[in-house]
Order: sequence, then structure tokens, then C-alpha cells
Amino acid sequence: MALLSVDELSVTFGGVHGRKESTAVDGVSFDVDQGQVVGLVGESGCGKSVTSLALMGLLPGKGVKLGGRADFDGNNLLTMSQRELREMRGKEIAMIFQDPLSSLNPVVPIGVQVTEILQRHRGLKGEPARKEAAHLLDRVGIPDPTRRLKEYPHQLSGGMRQRALIAMAVACAPRLLIADEPTTALDVTIQAQILELLKELVDEEGTALLMITHDLGVVAGLCDQVNVLYAGKVVESADRHELFAHPMHPYAHGLLESIPRLDAPRGEPLKPIRGSINDRIAWADGCAFAPRCDYYTIECLTGTPALTVPAAAGHQVRCVNPVREPVEIATLETPDVTATAHGGTSA
Amino acid sequence: MTTSTKAAKIERLAELTAQNETSSGASLWREAFRRLKTSKMAIIGGVVIAAFIVMAVVGPWVAPHSPKALTWKDEVFLNRGEFVGPRGENWFGLDHLGRDMFSRFLVGARQTLLVGVVSMLIGLIIGAVIGVVSGAAATLGGAAGRRVDTVVMRITDIMLALPSLLLAASIAAVMGQSLTTVMIAVGVVQIPIFARLLRGSMLAQGSKDYVLAAKSLGIRKRRIVVTQILPNSLSPVIVQATLSLATAIIEAAALSYLGLGNPDPSVPEWGVMLSQAQRFFDNAPMMAVYPAVGIIITALGFTLLGEAMREALDPKLRG
Repeated sequence: MALLSVDELSVTFGGVHGRKESTAVDGVSFDVDQGQVVGLVGESGCGKSVTSLALMGLLPGKGVKLGGRADFDGNNLLTMSQRELREMRGKEIAMIFQDPLSSLNPVVPIGVQVTEILQRHRGLKGEPARKEAAHLLDRVGIPDPTRRLKEYPHQLSGGMRQRALIAMAVACAPRLLIADEPTTALDVTIQAQILELLKELVDEEGTALLMITHDLGVVAGLCDQVNVLYAGKVVESADRHELFAHPMHPYAHGLLESIPRLDAPRGEPLKPIRGSINDRIAWADGCAFAPRCDYYTIECLTGTPALTVPAAAGHQVRCVNPVREPVEIATLETPDVTATAHGGTSA
Repeated sequence: MTTSTKAAKIERLAELTAQNETSSGASLWREAFRRLKTSKMAIIGGVVIAAFIVMAVVGPWVAPHSPKALTWKDEVFLNRGEFVGPRGENWFGLDHLGRDMFSRFLVGARQTLLVGVVSMLIGLIIGAVIGVVSGAAATLGGAAGRRVDTVVMRITDIMLALPSLLLAASIAAVMGQSLTTVMIAVGVVQIPIFARLLRGSMLAQGSKDYVLAAKSLGIRKRRIVVTQILPNSLSPVIVQATLSLATAIIEAAALSYLGLGNPDPSVPEWGVMLSQAQRFFDNAPMMAVYPAVGIIITALGFTLLGEAMREALDPKLRG
């Protein structure tokens, strides 16, 4: 059985004070195995971050309705008490956030922030805790860790801050790591280094990683299994190579086609997906993507399309008119992260 | 690389860092202090406050004459309404009872500082406790906490709705005339201000990403309040404390002026001196000017420093 097994997870906001309900996550299912990297991909507003917060139990209690199951090691995370969740968080499941500067406390030295977790979950105090904290910073590739422990977040570079956050997340060797767009606030070189670091942690510690991103480059470089989300539902789920070679849902197809290519002829226009995520219909009436879709037919507007297995095993698509033609993505090979990573830090 | 060499590496680095201690760990408070030192406003305010504090501390010892003794009373009574102005022996002249105004001014500074500091501390400490309770309950206490917060905040609203001088005057009237009463009355007026400020500041910090990040690491609520939210919420409170000193001094003066201050009129205090001078304003305006200017300059000093601190601690200016 998978380490994390999410089954028909749904999150609905509103419904209090007569306000209209809106469903952010609408029956999402996926599994994450030990040592596996699973991607949740989609554009802004498709429910990626809400999914991660729901799994962590960090959504506000008021005005939020949760549905479905999320079994972590056989226990449903959605029905756990806050007390039980607090014991899990940081120890069994940890999260890495998008903006490393705002996710670190600006007036507390890095060292205190790291040792706090060690004290909370591992009972380490004083000198042993400091030693372990220095070891952790060294583990995530921060040079001169003992000095950095005394420094404040604003004295660290963006990449180092994200490394520090990762150090805090992996401090108790969690079995599941949720990374919510961990590279969005960083420049490209640092992005590659951070991805390399995450890959290393997964390989060496056997941690399961749930990678939430809108960046297909990140997916290509890191994820084993990819789930493409649209308007709160998984529209396509496949193994990384399978998805990049044969994207079948018109949305996934469009996402891959919209990536600018270096080898495209001069003057060739970019291929965007038209419209925005606001142009959608309710899933109950048909395919939410239909208004933006180039392939849609009248069959698309008769109820929610089912998630089917059209071709290769493990490849699921929620579409009545799946795309059969492959995308030309010659340049979108796995980025060579090792070439740029560890500039002078591995010495 | 093996673990043992790694450990050796880290220890070696620790040694090297220990020798280079001064170069690291510029805390935000230290950073703010550095910025404060370069601010003209802060320097002027600081100098004024320092002068005031020195005066308050050493005043009674350096005062040339007794502030209470009616040393020149015969001279004043013989002149009948003619007040003696500044002269070599009495720099600020004499008051209506033939006391040396300069000595009274020097000695009065201590009372004024005492009233200002003590009443500000009363407001700060009680207000901060209420603010922390309310702020913590509102940010992390769930539904029950929000109810606690609402009740506490409505009480402070009621306190704020009363005009501050009226509230202070009623407290002073109920508790009787004494210096302690003045301090308590002025302090109580400051309580809701500090409480609201700290609560609001904590509420703003409570929705920050780093609080969410701390929650995601399973840190307990109490720890989150103490180590995460509170240190980030303090800077507006510190600024307010400085500004409050100025208001406290003025309010204490106002209470003394209204006759609700120290019942012993021979003890010099700037507000008391001002109220005594009022009766003789036609003949001897300078008698009012000395304590009034003292109050104004001191209040200005605290206000300047407070404003400079507000700028130095402004998160928008942080690098």
C-alpha cells in the first residue's frame, strides 16, 4: 500500500453567512509511494496549494468543508484531531513553502528556528541541538553552517534561505515531504540547485515527495508520476516520460505546446492556451476545460467525463476526445541540473 | 565524504568563526539602533531626553537653594505684587512665596520624570498583557479564542470611548489626591491604547507565512506566540511607549493643574508650578513660562525619539 493515498479529496469554501460555496478541489485522487516523487501540476487557481494545505490540516476550520480520504500510513489525515496532526507535522510530514523569505521569521536567528524543531520532535536541547542544526545546514549545502546559525534570514541569499527551510523540513527525517512551488521565488540557477538537493534527499533518505508546481521544467527534472490538475480535478495522470511523449488531455497537450522552444524558426508565434481558468463550466455539466478547448464536441457537455485508461497502463485521462498526436518537445529534456548545482559548496 | 571528516570540518569552522565573532549576527534590533544613530531627529530627541534625565537625577543636589523654603518671602511681601525677575542669585527669579524658581524647576524635573515613566509603565505592562491574551486568542485560539478576543476588545473600546482626561480625573477624584493617584490615573488611560496596538500587531503577524510554516512543522501554539508572533509585534509598542511618555507628562501636568495632583503644594512639580503661576499670570508671566517650556521641550524630545524609532523599526525599510 502506498505511503500516502488520497482518494476523492474535495475542499469546498464558503457556505457560511449565505455566501455561495465554491469548490477548490473536486475529487482528487493520487498515491505517493516511499521514495517516489509525485507532481501536481496546473495553473494558478486549479487547487494545487489547497490540496497540500488540506493534507497538512492547515486550512482554517471555519467555512471549509473537506470530503474524501487521505490515508497516510493507513490513518486518515482529514479526520485527525489538531493535536494528532501537530504531532505528525514536522515529524512524519513536512512542508516546504514557496517564498523562503516570508516563511522564515525575520527577527529570529536561523539557528533558533532550526533547533526549535529539533527540540519539539526529537527532544534535543542546548549544545547537541546546535551541533545537529549545524549538521543539517551542512547537509543541505549551506557553507559555514555554524556562522549561519547565528544569522538572521535577511542576511542570507534567496537560495540559502530556501536551503534553510528545507533543512527545517527534513530535520526529523519525515517520511513525506510536500513542496509547494519551492523554486518559484528563486532564479534559474538556484532553482536547479534546489531541485538537485531535493532529488538527493529523495534518493538518499527514501523520502516521498509531493511536488506542487506550475513549472513543467521542474516536472521534467524531478517527478516520477505526474498529475495534471484543472479546476480542482485531475485531468491527466501519467508517468513522466509517458506524459511528455503522449499528452492526451487537450489541456496537458496545450501546456506542453505553449512552452517556448529554442529551436523554433524565427518569428514563429507562441502557442498559448486561449482564455483563462475563469472561462469554465461546472464539472457537473461537462468538461470544465471545454470553453478553452480546440477539440471539444457536443459530447463534452454531457456530464463529468470519467477518468479512463485509453492507452498505456497507468496513463489516465479525463477526456472524451483525447489528443492522439504527440507534441514536439525536443528541447524539453530533463535539464542538466548537476552542471550548475553545487558551485563551490561541495568542496 | 564520511561523517567523521564532516564533523571535523564543522568543528574547525566553529573554531574559526569564534575568532571572527563580531562579523556575524546583526540582529534587526541592532540594525534599527544603527539606523537610529544616524537619524538627526533621534539625536536631537536623545540629547533632550538625556539632559532631562540628568536634570532629574542630579537636580536636587545641584539646586542652589532649597526648593521648599520661603527664603525671600519678606522681599516678595514688601514689594506687594512686584515679582522679582531673574537676577544673579535667582536665575529664574522668585515665585509668589519668595522661593527660588530655578531650584524648584530643577527639583521638579525628577517628579515629572517619575510620573511620566511610572504611568507609562503601568499602561505598557497591563496593556501588553491584555493585548497578548487577546491577540493570541484571536490568532490561534479558534472559535472560543475569537469570543475571548471580542469580549476583551469591547471592554477596551469602552475605555477608549471615555475622554482620557475625564477618565483620569474621575480616577484621581475617587482615589483621592496623591502622586500615586496621578500615576495610576494617567497609566490607566494608556492601557487600552497599548492593548489594542499589540493585539492588532499580533493579528497582522498571525497571518504571515512564517507562522504557517511554523504550524506546518508542528510547533505548539504557545511556542508560536512566544517565539514567532510576539518578537515581530513589539516594534510599534516600543515606539508607542516613547510617545506615551510625552503624553503622560502632559496629562500629569494637566491633572496637577486641575488640582488633582500632589496635595502638598510645596513639593515642586512642573504641572503644579504651572497651575500656581496661573493666578499671577498678569504680573509675572515668566513664572508660567519656565515650567511650560520645560514640559514642551521634554515632550518634544520623547516625541522626536519615538518618531525616529518608528522609522528605524519600519519593516519596509529593512534590507
